[in-house]
Amino acid sequence: MGKRQFSESALERMEKEYQEWQAEYRKALQKVPERLERFSTVSDLEVKPLYTPLDIKDKNYSEDIGFPGMYPFTRGVQSTMYRARHWTMRMFAGLGGAEDTNERFHYLINHGETGLSTAFDFPTLMGYDTESPLARGECGKCGVAIDTIDDMQRLFANINLEDVTTSMTINPPASVIWAMYIANAENEGYDRKRLGGTIQNDCLKEFIAQKTLMLPPDPSLRLVTDTVEFGTREVPRWNTISISGYHIREAGATAVQELAFTVYDGITYVEECLKRGLNVDDFAGRLSYFWNSHIDFFEEIAKMRAGRRMWARIMKERFKAKNPRSMLMRFHTQTAGCSLTAQEPYNNVVRTTTEALAAIFGGTQSLHTNSLDEVYMIPSEHAVLIALRTQQILAEEVGVTNVIDPLAGSYFVEALTDKMEEEATAYIRKLDEMGGMVAAIEKDYPQMEIADAAYHFQQQVEKGEKVIIGVNKYPSTRPELEFILRIDPELERRQVERTQQFKQKRDQVKFQRAMDELRRRCEGPPCWENNVMPALIDAVRAGATEQECCDLYRDVFGVYTDPGTF
Amino acid sequence: MNKSRKLRILIAKPGLDGHDRGARVIARAFRDAGFEVVYTGCHQTPEQIVSTAIQEDVDLIGLSILSGAHAYSFPRVIELLKENNAEDITVIGGGIFPLEDIPVLKEAGIKEIFEPGTKLHEICAWVDQNVKPRQAMVA
Repeated sequence: MGKRQFSESALERMEKEYQEWQAEYRKALQKVPERLERFSTVSDLEVKPLYTPLDIKDKNYSEDIGFPGMYPFTRGVQSTMYRARHWTMRMFAGLGGAEDTNERFHYLINHGETGLSTAFDFPTLMGYDTESPLARGECGKCGVAIDTIDDMQRLFANINLEDVTTSMTINPPASVIWAMYIANAENEGYDRKRLGGTIQNDCLKEFIAQKTLMLPPDPSLRLVTDTVEFGTREVPRWNTISISGYHIREAGATAVQELAFTVYDGITYVEECLKRGLNVDDFAGRLSYFWNSHIDFFEEIAKMRAGRRMWARIMKERFKAKNPRSMLMRFHTQTAGCSLTAQEPYNNVVRTTTEALAAIFGGTQSLHTNSLDEVYMIPSEHAVLIALRTQQILAEEVGVTNVIDPLAGSYFVEALTDKMEEEATAYIRKLDEMGGMVAAIEKDYPQMEIADAAYHFQQQVEKGEKVIIGVNKYPSTRPELEFILRIDPELERRQVERTQQFKQKRDQVKFQRAMDELRRRCEGPPCWENNVMPALIDAVRAGATEQECCDLYRDVFGVYTDPGTF
Repeated sequence: MNKSRKLRILIAKPGLDGHDRGARVIARAFRDAGFEVVYTGCHQTPEQIVSTAIQEDVDLIGLSILSGAHAYSFPRVIELLKENNAEDITVIGGGIFPLEDIPVLKEAGIKEIFEPGTKLHEICAWVDQNVKPRQAMVA
């Protein structure tokens, strides 16, 4: 604890005046009572009517808040923030086949998007090719179908992969998809050392929330560590994990739970990499985060500010990082899909705008704004443009990017930031006591904490304690939007045929040799010599499909299925 | 037929999507309303769902989906129930569907579709009114 910001006498006076104000407030309420019995955030964290210097009297500016780009980074990861460069406008996009998505990428770039973000369809996310019986009816529905390196080539056709950074939301098969990306980029003449982007590659939150499940936790962590190790040596501009709170929040977690479980996932990845023998300052600078920006404005800003401070302290104190870059919580943000309504969908533009503004005040490095129709389907071109324009208007018209971290020093924002850190730290202690995140997942602990919060919120909505306009207040119906996107039902058949032809064309001897090497590495003890990435790059170049690589994983490492608790 | 026995409900997630928030919330709501609830977890094929429904001797299957793959999986569940002489198991669905798909799903045999915003107690009340325990399977 450093020196206090206020003198004892100043605090005494404030305390006295605060009590006088409270007496006035109570008196006034006798005439007109408070609107609600209880005021709380969307996460049901109770908030007081007023915050004053008394709420942050124990804080020390230099130690707890500090300057942008300086430890503990509460005010931002760069010294310049949006004065020098806006966040990357990175719209999550993926629909139909590779060509359809490539067309969408070009559309977004042509309208001012500054980074790419790829949404894969469910079979791809789960490590199945389109031809798998398990993939029936899913092809191209929630993202793009990618089975082979040929699909990857079509996906990024005519895009300069050294100029743009590409984020790919892919988890259990992340190593395979990344291998396809690298192999394709090299085939096109780019240097892997100059490729920039992100693979989500966060297996832990899959068990906790998103449920894209493939392998059990231990081999999942082994593959994540392989990618971090490979990236550190071979693809130094790549963010090897996007440690994600987004899906934890969408599953119903509170802001504190999102913060705590995600940061603990981060702790777990760092521990795994250290066990592999990596030096913390060699890889930690390439770990990135991904937050949800939900509807409660100040809670989100506080969460993001608290997250930066917590991560900086954890990296410095727990992991003894020396390089300030290792301490930076750089993050992407997506506005909250679960806050959108099917009823009166145009109101979603307002929700998304508010959430985007919170992400900006929270200091995000990259942002996806949801489209108004994203509640029904992946977005139409019409709706996605409104969403992109929302970011551009916030960035360039309304003036919120002119001053760095403008809400610092707000008694409420600082007190809420402290509260987020305090409550999330309590969860982190509990997870430590449980023996870490894998042990906690096996005990169903984070999963049930989230399920409790989701059910509690739903009950609050039903009682009218939490208001959703158009749903439980001023209830409305759902209109038919004329611009809703439809995926061609013939796509599935065409994609299956294409992948079958691709497999027939490949050099079977070369393919088999590459798969044998991949198997040998998977079966061996985890180490650089057995790192899967070089073998995967060879395998996908030799024509291995995504599912063939993932089937090999499933065969060697076993399969994890959803325990189905509720 | 045992009229006093509790209704048994299977909440199932067909297809590959992992959006299980709705499924888990409705499973809890049914349990709190006094029904016996089995939940499959994510990533179930129609075949697995029907097999579980028969094994667990349920009266109602609630399918939850948000991936857009309902056009395949929902009718397939109905078809498999018929093949297994279990068409007296009521099937309902919840999730997000294009409006024009809803009559198609009902035509295929889905008894009711609950859209976003439906209150949990409304769904429970619908079940109370529309689902009766099945004739006990006599061994």
